[in-house]
Amino acid sequence: MKAKVYVTLKPSVLDPQGKAIQHSVELLGFNAIADVRQGKYFEIELDDKLNEQSARESAERMAREVLSNPVIEDYRVEIE
Amino acid sequence: MKFGVIVFPGSNCDHDAYHVISKHVGQPVDFIWHRDTDLSSYDAVIIPGGFSYGDYLRAGALARFSPVMNSVKDFAARGRLVLGICNGFQILCEAGLLPGALIRNRDLHFICEHINIRVETTETAFTNRLRAGSVLSLPIAHAEGNYVCDDKTLEELQREDRIIFRYCDAGGETTGEANPNGSRDSIAGICNSARNVLGLMPHPERACEDLLGSADGSGVFSSLADTLAAQVSVY
Repeated sequence: MKAKVYVTLKPSVLDPQGKAIQHSVELLGFNAIADVRQGKYFEIELDDKLNEQSARESAERMAREVLSNPVIEDYRVEIE
Repeated sequence: MKFGVIVFPGSNCDHDAYHVISKHVGQPVDFIWHRDTDLSSYDAVIIPGGFSYGDYLRAGALARFSPVMNSVKDFAARGRLVLGICNGFQILCEAGLLPGALIRNRDLHFICEHINIRVETTETAFTNRLRAGSVLSLPIAHAEGNYVCDDKTLEELQREDRIIFRYCDAGGETTGEANPNGSRDSIAGICNSARNVLGLMPHPERACEDLLGSADGSGVFSSLADTLAAQVSVY
């Protein structure tokens, strides 16, 4: 079983890296870009014996307590 | 009085802090490995600069889980003094001992230069020998020094006089150009509500000798030492 965790900066937090990436992409000729936000992606292999609910709970706790900083970031968990 | 300097894998200003305490403050000081948990013999602990755990995940994020950090939380809760410098500030924020977070600098670069900070308050154990409004020239060396917090936290910090240092120009004005990393409200250092835990991005321990370009950092350590000396004499 695999948990996928996406960590992104909260909308209220400025993302200077996203801005720099947007600028570079625009230099490539893509002009129809309103905004770029950079985030982090984690793949966590979990024990297959876990049911989906406990897998989700484990991943949510990891995301909340380690993978993200709740002061500046949000997270989203997918289990597959 | 006895000082401890915590050493994480990747700390690199631990020797600078040790040097200042032993040679300038002239007090006993130990290195404390991050796996140690007994802080009972110390009066003040310094969390030094560097790149603990290689700054993996987020600066300071993994150091927070080192065994010593639970002891640091107890130490702080008992009113003992904790000074976090640069990476130490980042660790204190990640550990929840100070509010807010330090994110990538506004202009993305790692900045290594002397900047000016203004002493905003002398009402802490770390600044009581300094003069409010005075300007200190200290080095910074960081890529993640851009202080952010929500509106409520900022209002609380301002109302409770917990913004201890702000970036400023040589004349003491807090301008956009004088703010090197984009920190909210030009914040360079804050303390907790009990005022015994202070975090700052500039490096006072690298500026205690004229030979190094500035001795302006020494006031932070003499404040600390005087506070502890007064406490010891009360005991």
